[in-house]
Amino acid sequence: MRFYFGNITIMILMAAAIVFPAQLCAQTTIGAGIKGSWMTLLLLLLILIFLLVAAFVLLIRVKALNSRISKWKAGESNRRFDKLLQNLDNVQIGKLLESKHIEKITDHAYTGPGGGKKFIALLIFFTALIRGNYVYAQSTETKVGILNEGGVIITITLIMIPILVGIGLMIVKLSGMAKKQKLEQDIEEAERFADYLATINDPEALEALKKRKAALEFELSNNELTGDKEAVDQKGLINNVNTKAAIAFVTQKKKALKRPGIDLQLSKLIIWYFVCAAFWLVFGTSIGEYVGIKFVAPDADHLSWLSFGRLRPVHTNAVFWGWASLGMLGLGYYIVPMVSNVPIASIRKGWYTLYFINAAVISGTICLMAGINNGGGEYREYIWPVMLLFAIGLFLTLINFIATIASRKTKEIYISNWYIVSAIMFALTITAVAYIPYWQNGLGETIIQGYYMHQGVGMWFMLFTLGIVYYMLPQQLNRPIYSYSLGILAFWTQILFYTLIGTHHFVFSSIPWWLQTVAIAGSMGMVIPVAAGTTNFIMTFNGAWHKVAGSYTLPFFLVGTVFYFTGSLQGTAEAFRSTNLIWHFTDFTVAHSHLTMYGIICFFVWAGMYAVLPRITGREAPQLTIGAHFWLALIGLLFYTVPLMIGSTLRGQLWMEGKPFIETVVHMAPYWLWRAIGGSLMWVSHLFFAYNLYMILRKAEQTDLKEAAIGKLNKPVTAE
Amino acid sequence: MEFFNNHKLLFRTAFLFFAVLTILVAILPALNNQRNNQPLPTSAPISEDAVKGKAIYIANGCVACHTQQVRNVDMDKIWGSRPSIAADYAAIKRTDFWRNTATLMGTERTGPDLTDAGNRQPSIDWNLVHLFNPRAVVKESIMPAYTWLFTLKKQADKGDVVVNVPKEFLEGKEGKLVATKDALYLIAYLQSLKQVKLPDGVTTPEFLYKQKTIETKAGGAGNEPDGVALYTANCQSCHQPNGEGLPGAFPPLKGSPVVNGDNLQLYVDIIMNGYDARAEYAVMPSVGTNANLSAAEITAIINHERTSWGNHAKKVTEDEIKRLLEYVKLKAKN
Repeated sequence: MRFYFGNITIMILMAAAIVFPAQLCAQTTIGAGIKGSWMTLLLLLLILIFLLVAAFVLLIRVKALNSRISKWKAGESNRRFDKLLQNLDNVQIGKLLESKHIEKITDHAYTGPGGGKKFIALLIFFTALIRGNYVYAQSTETKVGILNEGGVIITITLIMIPILVGIGLMIVKLSGMAKKQKLEQDIEEAERFADYLATINDPEALEALKKRKAALEFELSNNELTGDKEAVDQKGLINNVNTKAAIAFVTQKKKALKRPGIDLQLSKLIIWYFVCAAFWLVFGTSIGEYVGIKFVAPDADHLSWLSFGRLRPVHTNAVFWGWASLGMLGLGYYIVPMVSNVPIASIRKGWYTLYFINAAVISGTICLMAGINNGGGEYREYIWPVMLLFAIGLFLTLINFIATIASRKTKEIYISNWYIVSAIMFALTITAVAYIPYWQNGLGETIIQGYYMHQGVGMWFMLFTLGIVYYMLPQQLNRPIYSYSLGILAFWTQILFYTLIGTHHFVFSSIPWWLQTVAIAGSMGMVIPVAAGTTNFIMTFNGAWHKVAGSYTLPFFLVGTVFYFTGSLQGTAEAFRSTNLIWHFTDFTVAHSHLTMYGIICFFVWAGMYAVLPRITGREAPQLTIGAHFWLALIGLLFYTVPLMIGSTLRGQLWMEGKPFIETVVHMAPYWLWRAIGGSLMWVSHLFFAYNLYMILRKAEQTDLKEAAIGKLNKPVTAE
Repeated sequence: MEFFNNHKLLFRTAFLFFAVLTILVAILPALNNQRNNQPLPTSAPISEDAVKGKAIYIANGCVACHTQQVRNVDMDKIWGSRPSIAADYAAIKRTDFWRNTATLMGTERTGPDLTDAGNRQPSIDWNLVHLFNPRAVVKESIMPAYTWLFTLKKQADKGDVVVNVPKEFLEGKEGKLVATKDALYLIAYLQSLKQVKLPDGVTTPEFLYKQKTIETKAGGAGNEPDGVALYTANCQSCHQPNGEGLPGAFPPLKGSPVVNGDNLQLYVDIIMNGYDARAEYAVMPSVGTNANLSAAEITAIINHERTSWGNHAKKVTEDEIKRLLEYVKLKAKN
């Protein structure tokens, strides 16, 4: 557990070190232009108050420590030692008396924990050092008052939330150190007390101690009520009693509960969905990684099939339609029959969906690399015959799910099914709208493109994933969802507002001004479903936070929830006209799409997979590699997105200042390098994920020893 | 509530809600837009070669990094003389049976906007060298090298377009680098990208969000345009940061008699109207006119060129250039 929190602290400190220039910028601008809006001031005030409180708490701790030290040094010890003597218990008195006979006092051997402190101190120093560098780098860059823009303030606030949490954790750490210090002093005090005890030799005093001992030794027999029978575990509650525990290098997390078996045929289907999804994840992100490297090394190859413009859509489409879509559908095949309390209507349709979608991604990938694409709209690069395969697959699953829900044994339709079925209906709708040619001439294409690309992420991925969370999160926490009504509110407001926001990808373009305004207003409306959803999830966590540290699925859910809030609201902040000026066309969009598609969707899908797999296979992956997957993905994501956001904000400013374009390309180079580094970490985490999946499924070939032995015993009886 | 427990009712309602919003916010505006916008009368359909080139542009996903839209904001002024309007895209129809319309507006500007690329960089030679390997002309560029659009021949045949690329970019191979048809189509497409002037009587939409330039005291010394930045933006991709040009493609400015000489009229004329007097070098486009450079900006560029890379010529004044500009403009009209 401590290992766990230690990691979080380190990580957040590192993030803080990287993000700090944003804060710094905020402060210097305020200094320069006093007309800085009250919003910024309020924000700074809040941060200041937080830091003051934090400093105050630390101050009190340090003072307490100091006063103890000075008291001891004052030498008032004897009176205190008398008091301590009076409070000794019988065993202690017994030992004291014994020592008076043997006349021997043993020394305490104690080794202090020095290394940890040094490490933390080093870390803090390092952080300060990095900040220092940024201070220097930043000092020339503070001209424009962009930090007074609402959207920028929102983004800074969103980034600040985890940083402040990090500072909070750091304070917890520091007070932990103070406690350790106190412990050391107590030990010294104990030694002095021992010396004092050694000096007591007065027979009267010894007699009094003896009496005190006898009095203290009175006790009940402890079996007045239970009798003297041996304890027996009659209900079979205790398992795997381990009397010789080895040192645990990895925190032992809770094992998945054994569940009634899922239909073997369905299990097999779900596993194949996951395996295919994992393949597309590794494939798609390998491409993404390579494309990211090309920003730093543009001459890495000169092959037409591997050129940047062709590979970029290969990456995005493979992770969208291959990885995330198949992963979600696999989880859907688990959840929909489960909450309807009936078997799935047709397993065969499930297999066909899997075939069709895989066929779509394979053929789409080949087409894109060969230079056959639909004409440039993002996520709409597959030509219609390819996307038709995908749509047929989705349609089969839609009728499958609806048929399952129609035959449900429960009266109500659990909210997960609202989200999941709607997501599939909407995905089919947007695909049809995007590929039907009657409204695609001229700017019509662009209006549809804005609608399509954003409904793709919002109405397909986000809606479906929310459906997954509404089932899996309460299940993993073993608590009901906090509020069903909030879920319903989020559902309808998501449809209302999300549908409107497509054109915010084309603010200031020649698309009608009113349509852009509608999109911006819709983006602001998105605060409602996002806040409702986040509140619902956090309140479901509430009261069960202790379970997070003991589980390997809940951290994935928690990260997903945090990014659901920050990532989605960042989208709102980006939609304003003022922020569009700075961020549009830059890599900020890329950072945002990774914060959301990766931070939200991927983390939730992984959470769901790690929760479901033990239930359908009865086996779990090694916790070490699950931990590696989690931390590499999270740290990688931060290294990927935070530098990109900083770099692109500065690039946007350079554009506004009218600097030569090539200068802004040169400016991005270090940030692109950081992106490649973060991307590599993310990519390695996917290898761990694939390995985990392999470990779970590989063991399927091993026999369960107990099962096998029992089976052997029974064989002669059941043999034909 | 019965509504929540009836799956037909629930899912139909959700679907209808989404469908109605979709029609209102996407389909109707799109239909409206394509009905109400016609190509500008001043525009002409692009050539057959350019159409083929556009297909290559699409196939290679150039839209991933290059936008084709001048937004109505001040910072986009460098990409065109006016903001793009819906009519600019009205002529773009479905590509073919398999592929959708390609307006190619783009959402990322990792590389420069190309709305007006044909006007901004009309030199075919530069474009070919740049396409073969962008780093041959722009050292810092991260654009992919499109080497597969070129072939290396021992001897150039008649009609072959030979591209002069510095040796180090040929990766140790010998021979004449010849542009394939595809490369020429692609360049033809890039050349065709020109912002069309609005017909008379149509008011040009304004650029919004003008940068509030902090006016220092009028006539202050710090008010001169930055010659280095202007050179980087307008001249450097051909004449290079070191002023030495590229042998066989772009002439050096270092030690150039025009730059260092006294014939300022020729100097300004070349900047404003281009130059094609020397066969061994590529044609220079009318950079100054295309970029709408002011007298002050041209002065700054000239002074930068006359005092850099070992050049030691006398600085010129804005008044001199102003007078020459009027003359040169007159000459261009005749």
